[in-house]
Amino acid sequence: MIEFVDVGKTFQSVSGPIVALRNVNLTIGDGEIFGIIGLSGAGKSTLVRCINFLEEPTEGRVIVDGEDLGQVGPKRLRQIRRNIGMIFQSFNLLEQRNVFDNVKFPLTLGRFDRKAADARVEELLTLVGLWDRRKSYPSQLSGGQKQRVAIARALATNPKYLLCDEATSALDPVATESVLSLLRHINETLGVTIVVITHEMHVIEKICTSVAVIADSEIKEVGKVADVFSDPKTRTAKELIMPDLVRYAGKKPGEIQFRLLFNGESSDMPLISALALETGVAVNIVYADTKNVDGKVFGRMVITLPAEKAENADKVTAFFDENHIKYVIETDDEDQSADDTTIAEVADDE
Amino acid sequence: MNSTLLLSTFDKIIRDWPYVVELFQKGEIAAALGITVWMVLLSVTFSYVLGLPVGIILYVTDKTGIKPNVVVNKILGVIVNIFRSIPFIILMVAFLPVAKSLVGKSYGNAAMVVMLVIGAAPYVARMVESSLKEVDKGVIEAAQSLGANTFQIIVKVLLPEARPSLMIGAIISTVTVIGYTAMAATIGGAGLGALAITQGHLRGHQAVIWTAVVLIVLIVQLIQEGGMWLVKKTDRRVRNENKRNKAQKNK
Ligand SMILES: Nc1ncnc2c1ncn2[C@@H]1O[C@H](COP(=O)(O)OP(=O)(O)O)[C@@H](O)[C@H]1O
Ligand SMILES: [Mg+2]
Repeated sequence: MIEFVDVGKTFQSVSGPIVALRNVNLTIGDGEIFGIIGLSGAGKSTLVRCINFLEEPTEGRVIVDGEDLGQVGPKRLRQIRRNIGMIFQSFNLLEQRNVFDNVKFPLTLGRFDRKAADARVEELLTLVGLWDRRKSYPSQLSGGQKQRVAIARALATNPKYLLCDEATSALDPVATESVLSLLRHINETLGVTIVVITHEMHVIEKICTSVAVIADSEIKEVGKVADVFSDPKTRTAKELIMPDLVRYAGKKPGEIQFRLLFNGESSDMPLISALALETGVAVNIVYADTKNVDGKVFGRMVITLPAEKAENADKVTAFFDENHIKYVIETDDEDQSADDTTIAEVADDE
Repeated sequence: MNSTLLLSTFDKIIRDWPYVVELFQKGEIAAALGITVWMVLLSVTFSYVLGLPVGIILYVTDKTGIKPNVVVNKILGVIVNIFRSIPFIILMVAFLPVAKSLVGKSYGNAAMVVMLVIGAAPYVARMVESSLKEVDKGVIEAAQSLGANTFQIIVKVLLPEARPSLMIGAIISTVTVIGYTAMAATIGGAGLGALAITQGHLRGHQAVIWTAVVLIVLIVQLIQEGGMWLVKKTDRRVRNENKRNKAQKNK
């Protein structure tokens, strides 16, 4: 288990102090794939680097499996680091070593039997599907392949944790999919707890169990992915999770708006037509960002029921319940006025 | 240089040629060449024995390094800079007593090697430092995240990753040292430079000077071209596969 207790981090720069983290309290449970999402400069990298003390917090404590990293000596810290693998956006492979030696590298840092190390490398390269490229150098690999080598290297010492700092941000969609699937596979088969840092919500959607939303150096919201994504409480979370939606899908007076969240439901059923056929209610789709992966839907959709048909809302919710579709009915909240101004601006433009 | 002067120079070289042949037959040219090569080898080796650790310490103790230490970094940096700012010819006369205490003589080839090392080691240190600075910080962080200690990072990450750049630095240092060896004659040392001055300049044999020049140019070329070939051949960042593909396409 990884615990942050009142963690703060302030960098001293020539232009004065920069607060990168403020009052962070967070618990990452074993076996989770824990996502941390935020815009560039929010403090994500600083946060994840505090977990292996590549960055030392200036306030508070980071506790890994009961050990306060601020209290242990350098030698113990290096041992703990062998239990926390890390991968990076820029892969950070040893360019002058081939794939095999890159994966073997962590095993040359401690006392490891040479034969056992070679066997371990073979096992890992087979796991990431690159055994046949073992003699290649990083410059001869694609981005996705490099990241898979980096994953194999990070797992060499059998760590309990794997930290991923924007691991897929430099990859094309196909490579991203393959790396994310690999991470999920590692989590499921090896039980590795994974911390995923990203600014892309689809990454969180695809693999994470829990998510923390970070903005302006603070954790704004934490929870299960399904909960946070279907019903973000804070404005920051809304903007991060549904940027277009917050801006354009404001609801007109009297209109009833449903936010739907798909998190791997079957895509067999043509939802909106089925809704129309079964309930006789026609709805407008005002926003949709869904993806079909292996016959399962991921993403969000916003539909509205016009004011004059508002009495049909019960039929619609009944339909969703029946089909196990998660939905949230948009209610007026403290953000409503802010949303209204945005809508007004949009309207002015038209 | 006008054409008559040029002609007369050629003329002299041709008239002097038998003297060069004579020196060659007496084995003096080969001996001078041998001494130069040997002096350069020794000087470069010792310059690296001193300069490589200093360069590593400069890098490691830098405020952005892996073990920042302002005091050590400043002290070493100042010493290196002082030595680098002294012109070699002055450094040679100033440090003759050091040579004497080290090799027993303040003249001759051994003293010259001491001078060359004093002149080149600080230069090597800065060269090594800048090569190490080229290594991607991310790779060092990755090694740290895998539990590597400072020594392991230096030996297993920094030096191997900086290898191509370190090799280029060694080529440049060697060429510089070759230039310095020519001044050996001033303290009674031997080699191609000394040959050019004692046999060529002082006795007025133009051909000897030019023979020495040509030989030095050849050595420099050999080291430069051969070295760069080796750098390219051993740098794993070069996409060898691509190169092969391109070569095939061009056929
Ligand atoms: N080494 C550093 N020195 C000074 N400021 C830093 C340093 N690292 C990060 N910062 C600052 O801290 C803030 C958070 O950075 P970072 O954690 O990298 O954000 P993110 O990963 O979310 O983009 C930024 O304002 C950044 O400029
Ligand atoms: Mg970052």
